[in-house]
Amino acid sequence: MSDNLKVGIKNICREYGRDRSRLMDILEAVQGQFGWISSEAIDLTARELSMPRAEVEGVVSFYAFLHQQPTGKAIIRMCDGVSCNMNGGHNVADLFKKELGISFGQTTSDGKITLEHTSCLGMCDQGPAAIINGTVITHISTDTVKEIVHTLRETADPRKLVKTFGAGQNADRLIQSMVTNNIRKHGPVIFSVMEPFLALKNALAMNPAEVIRDIKTARLRGRGGAGFPTGMKWDFTREAEGQRRFVLCNADEGEPGTFKDRVLLTECPHMVFEGMTIAGYAIGAEEGIVYLRGEYQYLKNYLENVLAERREAGLLGKNLAGKAGFHFTIRIQMGAGAYVCGEETALINSCEGLRGEPRDRPPFRAQQGYLGAPTVINNVETFCCVTRILEKGAPWFAQIGSQASSGTKLFSVSGDCNRPGIYELPYGITLKDLLVEVGGEDAIGVQVGGPSGQCVSPAGFNRIICYEDLATGGSIIVFGPGRNIIEIAGQFLDFFIEESCGWCVPCRVGNVLLKERVNKILAGKGEPEDLAYLEELGKTVKTMSRCGLGQTSPNPVLTTLQNFRGVYEKGLKKPLDKMQRTFDLDSALQEAVRIQGRQPVHFQD
Amino acid sequence: MSDAITLTIDEVEVTGRKGQTILQAADDAGLYIPRLCWVKKLKPGATCRLCTVMVNNRPVAACTQPITEGMIVLHDTEPLNRYRRNLIDMMFVEGNHMCPVCEKSGNCELQALAYRFGITAPQYPYLFPRRPVDASHPDVFLDQNRCIQCGRCVRASQELDGKSVFQFFGRGAQKKLGVNAEARLADTNLNLTDEALNSCPVGALLRKRVGYAIPVGRRLYDLQPIGSEIEAKARRAANRK
Repeated sequence: MSDNLKVGIKNICREYGRDRSRLMDILEAVQGQFGWISSEAIDLTARELSMPRAEVEGVVSFYAFLHQQPTGKAIIRMCDGVSCNMNGGHNVADLFKKELGISFGQTTSDGKITLEHTSCLGMCDQGPAAIINGTVITHISTDTVKEIVHTLRETADPRKLVKTFGAGQNADRLIQSMVTNNIRKHGPVIFSVMEPFLALKNALAMNPAEVIRDIKTARLRGRGGAGFPTGMKWDFTREAEGQRRFVLCNADEGEPGTFKDRVLLTECPHMVFEGMTIAGYAIGAEEGIVYLRGEYQYLKNYLENVLAERREAGLLGKNLAGKAGFHFTIRIQMGAGAYVCGEETALINSCEGLRGEPRDRPPFRAQQGYLGAPTVINNVETFCCVTRILEKGAPWFAQIGSQASSGTKLFSVSGDCNRPGIYELPYGITLKDLLVEVGGEDAIGVQVGGPSGQCVSPAGFNRIICYEDLATGGSIIVFGPGRNIIEIAGQFLDFFIEESCGWCVPCRVGNVLLKERVNKILAGKGEPEDLAYLEELGKTVKTMSRCGLGQTSPNPVLTTLQNFRGVYEKGLKKPLDKMQRTFDLDSALQEAVRIQGRQPVHFQD
Repeated sequence: MSDAITLTIDEVEVTGRKGQTILQAADDAGLYIPRLCWVKKLKPGATCRLCTVMVNNRPVAACTQPITEGMIVLHDTEPLNRYRRNLIDMMFVEGNHMCPVCEKSGNCELQALAYRFGITAPQYPYLFPRRPVDASHPDVFLDQNRCIQCGRCVRASQELDGKSVFQFFGRGAQKKLGVNAEARLADTNLNLTDEALNSCPVGALLRKRVGYAIPVGRRLYDLQPIGSEIEAKARRAANRK
């Protein structure tokens, strides 16, 4: 075993040129070959790459999909997202535990199956969902759990559970997944007929500055949620000093309730890659990287094949599309289960084989990004918009949507509505109209922009979805009558606690403390002072945290406190006996009762 | 003096040099901005966030933010000081800090900051984590209970000692300080002369057999609050005028 390991790791490291910036790929390959990453494997990898073992271990221990313990032949990663749980995910999870006789985080004694929870898988419109060794299983019901467990025990092959393929490219021989697209609304920008390669041709007929001018004229802003003007971003990067430049595509879609990038990568990969190529031309980059979240591993071969097709067609590589002197390549970098890597500086760190911790700014990534070189990072959807702008013209794009928010937006809709799925709608739509569109008119609340966005109450349903009012990366989760808003806020906090990188104090500790107090309220022990306590704590985390994750992590609590205050207040009571309501006399006495072997006298009446 | 940059911190005009951070310029001017993870000689870590100040209405870490001409910095404000206090509280409840018996008492920066901010007991519930003590090394204790994950030892070992004895493992609430060995500090190449050993602001890294050497009353922060040495500069400058 040990010799095997030694030779195996040596070969893997050699394959990546002993380049420590490729540590993510190396570790994934090691795990792929040996099942897990043992202490010895960490040592050997560190030695091969001439780096301290602690740095390798720091990386291995950071990513949820890298294992430092042996796992079963099949790993069931059950989605713990709010949308899946609203569809009965908790019941499915409980049944898995029962059927397997283990808890989450454990492996069956026969070594066949490991059961794990994972943050949102991006299957929110077809949950409850799980990923088993890379194969996505959707619509899991309490009826199918038995079958899943049986099949895995017999064959350890989750592909046997896929009986029908989803529509569109999900049935492609390189995907063959049961995932469905659920595209409910085709808009003019993304889901309309595209003339292949015209965008690239048009772009290459201009000079790079003209391409950026067009992006600016179209008033394109980033689709990931922050809404930074894309043309300005490209200008900064173009003007920065550097020998090499990079174009990074952020396909680490991880905001709970968001799954549009999954559909774009499945149905419009050419549009994405063409947008990246145009960006490369505009900023003077020759290398592009797609950072693909580990959960979407099942799309990797398919995407690699699309890249190969583009290379063969001369649309990637040297002097591409006949443009002398313009070279551009794209590679796919897999993530390994870390939401924070969607933060662009954390994404860069992850691409460099480091822990996915955000970086301090300055320096900004436009000046010093990937490998210290000027770098543009855009969302998958943004690159799609780039392609359409170059294909159909900036004025065409600019007249769609509103003044400050041009174009359309893809919405990933899930939760309590009749028609969950993907909607392409122009900016400027009210939340109320969106709810009618998706069949969620009786909503008592809507989570706009995922947990890091805001929870809007019916009083806010007239608000407009655009950068100036309700900005969103596209996640829309509908809460119907009977949903407990505070409980959902608590689940979102769990998400941030799980996904925080832990670098800075406010985010690492503050969210744990927020959850403690929300739990207290949920247990019916809340006191009036708790609301001010939550607000102060939330503001501290928001103001003092280092990156966007921490700065938005208290939003589930802060926005529900603002918009659903009555719900909180209903559960609060002023204690009359001056006892702390959280003080539990029984449990405080438990140890003494055990030692003495009897109940205290006052309990005996 | 073409490198001189003038900025305003809390209505005080401060002249710094190009390349300095807000924190460095403030230090030179005798304005103390609280900090735990920052020390001279090391690159900033920006983990503790105590030095957060407001620039253009946005919070930034004074230890990483370069100064620019005409910059207006708000530092000693009521909300910021409250948030700083809250962060100090968080560090206390996140670990297990037993000041009365800790060898670092009186010389501990966390404790000294708590005193400076008038904290007598944390407002947050203790999380009481179970954390190990690594006493394997013949000369050094590593007590994870008192670690605040400031990362000073990680950086000192890399930047000053040319080693990598310490590193962070895990993430989120499970993040912890790890060592460059399968498990034990004894199996690393840590030496008693390593700068990393001097870098710990709390009692997580302690030399064995030298505890409680300084009597109460003569310890670092017994008489003067933390930050006084920086503020003394401003007083001296004022006296000279």
